[in-house]
Amino acid sequence: MSLLSAASSRAYVVRRPRGPIGRMLEDERWLGLALLAPTIILLGLFVAYPFVKGIELAVTNTTVGQPGHFVGLQNFVALWHDDIFRMAVWNTCLYTVVATTTKLALGLWLALLLNRSFRGKAFMRAFILLPFIIPTVLSTFAWKWMFDPTFSVINYVLLHLHLITVADRINWLGEPVLAMVSVIIVNVWRGVPFFAISLLAGLQTISPELHEAAAIDGARAWARFRHVTWPLLLPVTMVIMLFSVIQTFADFQLVYVLTGGGPANTTQLFATYAYQIGIGTGLLSQGAAISLAIFPILLLVVIVQLVYIRRVETV
Amino acid sequence: MARVVIRSLNKKYDEFHAVKDVNLDIRDQEFVVLVGPSGCGKTTTLRMVAGLESITSGHILIDDTVVNELPPMDRDIAMVFQNYALYPHMSVYDNMAFGLKMRKFDRSQIGTRVQEAAEILGIQDYLKRKPRQLSGGQRQRVALGRAIVRHPRVFLFDEPLSNLDAKLRVQMRVELKKLHVRLGTTAIYVTHDQVEAMTLGDRVVVMRDGWVQQVGEPLELYNQPANRFVAGFLGSPAMNFTTVRLSRENGGLWALADGIRLKLPQTAASRLAPYADREVSLGVRPEDMRVAGAADPDDLAIDALVEVVERLGSEILLDVTVGGTTMVAAVDPSVVANMHDRLRLALNPERLHFFDSATEAAI
Repeated sequence: MSLLSAASSRAYVVRRPRGPIGRMLEDERWLGLALLAPTIILLGLFVAYPFVKGIELAVTNTTVGQPGHFVGLQNFVALWHDDIFRMAVWNTCLYTVVATTTKLALGLWLALLLNRSFRGKAFMRAFILLPFIIPTVLSTFAWKWMFDPTFSVINYVLLHLHLITVADRINWLGEPVLAMVSVIIVNVWRGVPFFAISLLAGLQTISPELHEAAAIDGARAWARFRHVTWPLLLPVTMVIMLFSVIQTFADFQLVYVLTGGGPANTTQLFATYAYQIGIGTGLLSQGAAISLAIFPILLLVVIVQLVYIRRVETV
Repeated sequence: MARVVIRSLNKKYDEFHAVKDVNLDIRDQEFVVLVGPSGCGKTTTLRMVAGLESITSGHILIDDTVVNELPPMDRDIAMVFQNYALYPHMSVYDNMAFGLKMRKFDRSQIGTRVQEAAEILGIQDYLKRKPRQLSGGQRQRVALGRAIVRHPRVFLFDEPLSNLDAKLRVQMRVELKKLHVRLGTTAIYVTHDQVEAMTLGDRVVVMRDGWVQQVGEPLELYNQPANRFVAGFLGSPAMNFTTVRLSRENGGLWALADGIRLKLPQTAASRLAPYADREVSLGVRPEDMRVAGAADPDDLAIDALVEVVERLGSEILLDVTVGGTTMVAAVDPSVVANMHDRLRLALNPERLHFFDSATEAAI
């Protein structure tokens, strides 16, 4: 490294920079700092500061309009005994696991289809991104309308296909299990394009010659997928899963718009519960404590996945 | 061990006719090389034999069985790809064993076969490595190993040496030849390199624009090219061409052009008689020209102006102009020649080639 920089500085320095700033930037340490500054400022302002502020809030008894004082881990102890919080933890885990695996399965299937050559391929690839592009709140409102007990287009279709009768119209968002299913369906609908396009990009890095070699070697379609496509796609898949798990785990807008966490907290997630307590009820410190409770769980997930990704990539 | 027969094979992609009416009879244990410039249809032909490309019309038979509709795995062939196509996530051993595992060979048999192939190719020490930990030459060997462990009826090679550096390419070429002698498996080899074609092939198939130009043993193609394309494609430096007018004078047939006045030997004269008073293309290989001495008759020599002298050690290449045409002569390394010298070059009368100006076919 030192050899390289010595050689390159000799080769590139034509004349001494004149100003004091110019001279300072000649030093790699200062230059590096100067180049990093915008990122550090942005991250500090919008990530680090709120995070520290969140921790600070979580250990006080601050409410809206009342500064509060230090109470230690009292908020977390309260959470431990809070049934709704336990429900939210369970819901969030269920929501994340089911939605992410479904997104992976459907996304992979779509990616494999899109990876074939057919007429209108470019159009389809762009089209598939639509759910991802539309603002979540907007599309979720459309879904809410489709799940409406009276006006549901889904019920309408089922009714006219004579699969259900008027009496047993499905109350998509009104029943505990169905509400969770509905919320997961929308999350999957919204997330599949991201999986499909990212996995497609991964698929395209796999040389078609490998498939041809495997075909000649006697591997049928399933064996080619299992022994060639899947292992080569695994590093990409792991990165996408990591992103998706983080996003799904901290999902807010979707549930907030569709069910608001109901009925009876059966779709309550970490983020919606934190919002409800912190902003809705004005118990800022407890809301902060709930938000913070996601952190160790997510951290664990991220560490496990990063370690796994590193292992897959270095094998 | 197998015969491969190709009958009226055609391949069309929408508008593009890639392979046109190819007919070939490849004998058991034969090493056949398909050679031609890029886009000539050689690789497409090979891929149709492999089953990786559908056939528009015609038939491919392996040992008298039509394989047109058989998937690649059921044709009992093995293919070596240009980029090796090794499975990057598998060890060398697993790469070689994959085809056998897919065919449900038992573990001990796989081990024996992989070991045997690894020994032939000298890669026993790398069996646990991943492809990316190997050099280009080693990867090439693994790709060969993957083909030979299967003991297939036919080997297909798609420009397997073109990613290697020049020195390694020559070395692997020799090893491929040895390997073929040792295993005796029928092989079809695609290349754009005429040296590989000449040295490896029992027979060589020259293709251009989807058509087969000529099929024959290497020296047969070299000495009796069927047309101007084959003549120009095989041989390095390439054959020299110039347009001459055939004229009957003094009871003999003469080839005339600016700076050229050659009396054709009797054998050529009788063959060329119908072309008297017409223009034809004259082809002379560089090695069939030498600097003329006093004993050389005037009517078999041409006047040349030296433009460039390339001393290769084993020979000298003289880039000369004769009349208005540029030619290359490969002469003895002891010749003293300099730029702008005027020389007389004697031609070997038995080795002159003539081609019809319109059809380019050999006369």
